[in-house]
Amino acid sequence: MNAPEAAPHVIDALQTADLRPQLRLLTCGSVDDGKSSLIGRLLFETGCVPDDQLENLALLSQRHGTRGEQLDYALLLDGLSAEREQGITIDVAWRYFGTARSAFVVADAPGHAEYTRNMVTAASHCELAVLLVDARHGLLPQTLRHACIAALMGIRQVVLAVNKMDRVDFQQAVFERIVERFAEFAGRMGLGEIQPIPLCAVDGDNLLANSPRTPWYSGPSLLDHLEAVATRAPAATVGAGSARLPVSVVIRPDADFRGFAGQLQSGALKLGQSVRAVPSGQSSRVLELRLGERTLEVAEPGQSLLVRVQDEIDLSRGDVLCAADAPVEASDQFEVDIVWLSEHPMLPGRPYRLQLGTASALATPATPKYRLNVETLEQLAARTLEANEIGRVNLSLDRALAFEAYAENPGLGGGILIDTLSNQTVGAVMIRHALRRAANLHWQALDISRGKRAGAKGQKPAVLWFTGLSGAGKSTIANRVEKQLHALGKHTYLLDGDNVRHGLNKDLGFTDADRVENIRRVAEVARLMADAGLICLVSFISPYRSERAFARALLPEGEFFEVFVDTPLEVAEARDSKGLYAKARRGELKNFTGIDSSYEPPLSPELHLQADLLPPEAAADAVIRRLRAGGVLEGEL
Amino acid sequence: MTLTHLDRLEAESLHIFREAASSAQRAVLLYSIGKDSSVLLHLARKAFAPGRLPFPLLHIDTGWKFREMIAFRDRIAVQHGVDLRVHTNLEGRAAGINPITHGSAMHTDIMKTQALRQALDAGAYDVAFGGARRDEEASRAKERIISHRSPGHRWEPKRQRPELWQQYNLRHSPGESFRVFPMSNWTELDIWRYVEREQIEVVPLYFAKPRPVVQRSGTWIMVDDERLPLQPGEQPQLLSVRFRTLGCYPLSGAVESEARNLHEILLEMQASKVSERQGRLIDGDGAASMERKKQEGYF
Repeated sequence: MNAPEAAPHVIDALQTADLRPQLRLLTCGSVDDGKSSLIGRLLFETGCVPDDQLENLALLSQRHGTRGEQLDYALLLDGLSAEREQGITIDVAWRYFGTARSAFVVADAPGHAEYTRNMVTAASHCELAVLLVDARHGLLPQTLRHACIAALMGIRQVVLAVNKMDRVDFQQAVFERIVERFAEFAGRMGLGEIQPIPLCAVDGDNLLANSPRTPWYSGPSLLDHLEAVATRAPAATVGAGSARLPVSVVIRPDADFRGFAGQLQSGALKLGQSVRAVPSGQSSRVLELRLGERTLEVAEPGQSLLVRVQDEIDLSRGDVLCAADAPVEASDQFEVDIVWLSEHPMLPGRPYRLQLGTASALATPATPKYRLNVETLEQLAARTLEANEIGRVNLSLDRALAFEAYAENPGLGGGILIDTLSNQTVGAVMIRHALRRAANLHWQALDISRGKRAGAKGQKPAVLWFTGLSGAGKSTIANRVEKQLHALGKHTYLLDGDNVRHGLNKDLGFTDADRVENIRRVAEVARLMADAGLICLVSFISPYRSERAFARALLPEGEFFEVFVDTPLEVAEARDSKGLYAKARRGELKNFTGIDSSYEPPLSPELHLQADLLPPEAAADAVIRRLRAGGVLEGEL
Repeated sequence: MTLTHLDRLEAESLHIFREAASSAQRAVLLYSIGKDSSVLLHLARKAFAPGRLPFPLLHIDTGWKFREMIAFRDRIAVQHGVDLRVHTNLEGRAAGINPITHGSAMHTDIMKTQALRQALDAGAYDVAFGGARRDEEASRAKERIISHRSPGHRWEPKRQRPELWQQYNLRHSPGESFRVFPMSNWTELDIWRYVEREQIEVVPLYFAKPRPVVQRSGTWIMVDDERLPLQPGEQPQLLSVRFRTLGCYPLSGAVESEARNLHEILLEMQASKVSERQGRLIDGDGAASMERKKQEGYF
């Protein structure tokens, strides 16, 4: 073990620290390739481990270490007690070290089952990946998996760190065989620049300086290479393209001042430059650039700043201020790569919240075009995406968002999908391109509007959405409501779950994915019927809030009435008019709502019927009263 | 020209402030008076300049802060015209909870953790900005920038959300909240470099000066007022000391130092090889103590 003082790279805080560039990197590789040891050793060698932590390390090494009497540098990184006890790392850990020339931020993204998720998370912040390979084992399927993810995430710099060279007697041939094989794969994956380095991380060979044990290796040491990349390449995430400022906050200290604050994703902005707002398309010129109290002549990419423009233009949070001669596009249809992060599979047809830039929209994935086998690059057929799977998917948004392709600008092409109920981040999205469909498929403008159609019938359109357990009484009540409406001279239509499944939806089963699609289709049909001027009654279990919210979002405000037919499970099951509960209890019917599939009750329905306490006539009367109160039916309340 | 390391850290922090404040229903900045809080406040003001800070400052006062800290806090609040709110756990104070007779663990739990929960609940804040950094301590290295808290302020490692690019997911159900750490990627050295570059004012206790101290558990404890009972034979001595980290004075160890200004502090840090939290007596309360405290709602 070298004394830390011997390291020539110890920070010279006073001379250079403020001018140093920063490089963000991640380490990846198979489970026992020595990732944590490598980073631990780098921290130690650059003098970035304080003495008290070293003392602690000595204690921990005795208790948990895997290296006998020697220090186990990996223990510097495994922070959570669960990890120390089980000897595994379960999440991304961030470490910081520096030399006189550069500052480094390191993401240690290990993990086992969750590996893809952690690596994708870490890679989204990094410009360089150190890919570790155990010299004894050569390239493993895992190695290729990580190389593939690095390529997908747009990492342009890769270090192929062939570790544990001591275990193969530092043989040049072993190293070169691995390097050759890797070059072949890298070419197919489209990885950028690759620097292979032979290492023995625990002993420090070729970490800081070239090792006498590999006299045949003439390339740079790992640290020399990292410093060179940091100094040479402006951060890869900070693009050189045209100016793009996604607006984060509009700052208005008084009526005369309107500043657009955000982080400049690419390009530079200059005073007087012509700029355009997307999506509004309005143009102006840069009047002022500020960083805190300081005003700037030119803003650099990566800076978080505030911009004032000369004219009053339509620009708010989520919009993008661009160089006027090269504005970004906006679209509501994309082809994207998705990395699924959640243990609940992606449900094609279900709307998720997409966050992109500083904007957000509801985004509905279609059935994946394919799922990628990241070890062989094969494209496999898929109906959904499970946790840690990567697939190519079309996304359809409820409004157009400004964007750029991920490969060109990760800041405006990389987004996240959020489950609208749990609020969990469930997917990482990388935009490939907008679908031409969005530009070419216009709404056909029709001369007869929905207002005219409804007017001809002398009524206001509405959708009455009855939701509740099987046997709750939805169809009975809906049927009575329709009779009453008919008696009032209203034009109606009743969409019933069972009936629709005999026709339009007969290709669908009862899995979560099929239930989502079932409701999506019915919601679209109900929307068309309301467009036609009808009062449409929908009687479907519709167990999930997201799909009911989707149906609601299709209609103008005030035309959607969610009616919760609330009957306790015991009552519905005791009725069991169709004998389905008994079947489900016997296990003959899978995915039955209330038994082995969940029902999510409405949080704020327009009408909540205690259907076990109300006779059907009274329930129907309550619905009619609610329609009058909602202005759908004229006359006295 | 590309941005330097400090420029990049600053830009990231400003962006986090703006994104989180935009998504918050009620935000608050947890202000603890130390150097990290000074930088945090500076960054927050920068993020929204020339507008006013769109959230108040909250200080959890245990009653055992250094007198110089309290004076500094009140002066800064006036100087910057910020809305400062101070909360003390009144039941704890009535019960006379203190770090000397009750020990650091109980004092910290009641006067800091519980007090913080009371204040956050009373304010119904869904976003609380804090100055924690990942380099401070091992379990913090894995902390998110946007740290999710379940109702009751519990931190559950498994419920934390993956953070990709600059996308911060601040959506939540009623009762859930977030601790937001805009300086996650800063190190102690970055903090001092930035304090120097931006000429940010910090509490004078960070600079060396002869102060009355007694030695306890291998560290120097300052006799800040008459409430610190002296043990038999203990005689305060005047020693040139400074603090690397500030908390309650009976729990904050001083280091012997002659560093009287920023330049000398940076020189000293370059030579020093001891981490700043070593001076904090509360972290040593048990193995994985920080992880446990965090699960209970401590910062």
